[in-house]
Amino acid sequence: MTTEVLRVIGDGAGVPDNDVPEGLSNKDLVAIYRWLVLLRTFDERAVALQRQGRIGTYALYWGEEGTQAGPLYACDDRDWLFPSYRQNAIGVLRGVAPSTVLAWWRGYGGRHGFWNPREHRTAPICVPIATHLPHAVGLAWAAKIRRDPVASIAWFGDGATSEGDFHEAMNFASVFKVATIFFCVNNQWAISTPFSKQTATETIAEKAAAYAMPGVRVDGFDPLACYAATHQALERGRNGGGPTLIEAFCYRLGAHGTADDPKLYRDESEAQRWRALEPVNRMAAFLLRRGVLDDEELQSIGAEAKRTIAEAVQDMEAIEQPGREILFDHVYASGRPWSFDEGLAELQGTDRPPAVKPLAPQPGPSTGDAEAPAET
Amino acid sequence: MVEALNLGLRQVMAKDDRVVVLGQDIAQTGGVFRVTAGLLDEFGDDRVIDTPLAEAGIVGSAIGMSLYGMLPVAEIQFDAFVYPGFEQIVVHAARYAWRTRGQCPASIVVRIPYGGGVRAPELHSDCPEALFTHVPGLKVVSPSTPGDARDMLVAAILDPDPVIFMEPKRIYRSVRGDVSDEPSFSLAGDDGIYNTVISHARTARAGGDLAVFTYGATVPLCMDAAGTLSADEGVEARVVDLRSLYPLDAGAIIAAASECRRALVVHEAPRMAGIGAEVSSLIHERAMADLDAPVGRVTGFDVPSPQFANEDDYLPSVDRILAGARAVLSW
Repeated sequence: MTTEVLRVIGDGAGVPDNDVPEGLSNKDLVAIYRWLVLLRTFDERAVALQRQGRIGTYALYWGEEGTQAGPLYACDDRDWLFPSYRQNAIGVLRGVAPSTVLAWWRGYGGRHGFWNPREHRTAPICVPIATHLPHAVGLAWAAKIRRDPVASIAWFGDGATSEGDFHEAMNFASVFKVATIFFCVNNQWAISTPFSKQTATETIAEKAAAYAMPGVRVDGFDPLACYAATHQALERGRNGGGPTLIEAFCYRLGAHGTADDPKLYRDESEAQRWRALEPVNRMAAFLLRRGVLDDEELQSIGAEAKRTIAEAVQDMEAIEQPGREILFDHVYASGRPWSFDEGLAELQGTDRPPAVKPLAPQPGPSTGDAEAPAET
Repeated sequence: MVEALNLGLRQVMAKDDRVVVLGQDIAQTGGVFRVTAGLLDEFGDDRVIDTPLAEAGIVGSAIGMSLYGMLPVAEIQFDAFVYPGFEQIVVHAARYAWRTRGQCPASIVVRIPYGGGVRAPELHSDCPEALFTHVPGLKVVSPSTPGDARDMLVAAILDPDPVIFMEPKRIYRSVRGDVSDEPSFSLAGDDGIYNTVISHARTARAGGDLAVFTYGATVPLCMDAAGTLSADEGVEARVVDLRSLYPLDAGAIIAAASECRRALVVHEAPRMAGIGAEVSSLIHERAMADLDAPVGRVTGFDVPSPQFANEDDYLPSVDRILAGARAVLSW
């Protein structure tokens, strides 16, 4: 059993940089950095929007951008992504409008908050834990039946490895030699539950042994290490080698969500220590060290991301609150059951309540998934 | 009925290579009830798949396959084994169309042999249909004749929405009947005909004195009871086989209740919040003025499906159906 963590980017001081993964040009490195910055900008803006009462409870991923941009950069356009809520904006890197993702957090459904997965090879954001893993397996399995060289990659956290669906999906993928990458972002916290209470194993990666698949550990704050492990796993998978479990070892630098206060259950000085490793500035420093980009270019990438997200916020706020008819849209693809028309008619006979606003953040600690309602 | 289901699967698999079947012990042995017998030889192990023993994995994989454009048919070995797959059905299958702007419904069929009467071990005799009819986004159907079994299964597979296909295992081999060579509709499935085939009730017996609504394994029992009522009392009961439990064929239900003026609902599942409650409520809401008596119910009791030594006490019998019918008739 290895607890070794694969790493590419050093710290510019005592820890040296390793070789850039084969096949990545400077242009690729810049592209990955651009994605990191876009994800970071989205996340920070989303938290601000929640604080301002413009979207609802939001699950942040600050610090985990490298676990998304790195693996995604290793994917072909045909490969399918299965994100959890912690990767809520990853579809943006596949062409989903960022305003659509923000609208979802604003509580909007239908065409405002969801997208067509086939258009972006990106499944809808999975809200329950680990239940999307069997979908990723089924998809890559279907591709295998069709003899298409299509892989799937599913993201989940350390908490998800306690769920039955994780084990069932790992087992199915391995038995049928399916090209699915199980990408576990081990940020060591499932809301308030620490890694030590989640599992008795020392690592997540070693769980792969029970399913006879490779288990790889990478530095989750290192986008290039995440890229390299995924790239290798995809190659294997597409050549009939079956699935791989990748454990991206990192730390949840922020709260679980905007309704969560980590001070209630952990020592925040620990988070501060890990914060020095976060991927966006680390990648920027790496690119500066290698002379791939200069300060001015870094700033320009940041400004570009800010513009993109600012436009997305405008687009989101330009969407009117969906009408009542949306309740009954798309529940069935084959047509509306008779009761839907009656339901709509019943609604239309009543006044519509005022527009729904997200609950504004309230003072006082809370933990969990819902913002506490205001005391009256 | 088993042969009819098998025929339907073979016919639709031959016409459409998107159709795959998966489940426990379904390929090599053809399923514990032999519904999938012979399919492995005909279609190969890519499309007829023995899976590990894990229902969430089976249903979840089927959803992923559907996302890639396949039409998976998942077999759950016995009714009470579906519960580990329940989350996948409720949280994902039922909501996939809704969560994808209607573009990617989970086009899966979950086949569930259900109900008692076969002297099976504990937890092999549940009737969980009402758990599914309560979940928006699912269709729930149950055939009671071989012809319906074939046509409804093919229609369910071609239907873009997820269909919970409840197979009354007690009458798997006891109901027999001729099945036409081909389904009564196009196997291409692009004409929306599946809606007609699987969402309409069937009049199993004509009559104007009492409407008896039922489905699945209790249909033949209601037919027997109706025969007795006719012979002994000159009462002609109309037996309506609901076929679709969601959506309910409201038009047919209300018409039959209004015309007969008295109605009884019969099912094997527990009474509380069951299909009978919904049918009764529908009739009372919409045809109260036409009724001469409140709608009656003969159902399983609100207890766990029992060990088989007691299952005949639990299951609605012809005698209980007759007693229920007489109570409505004499009200």
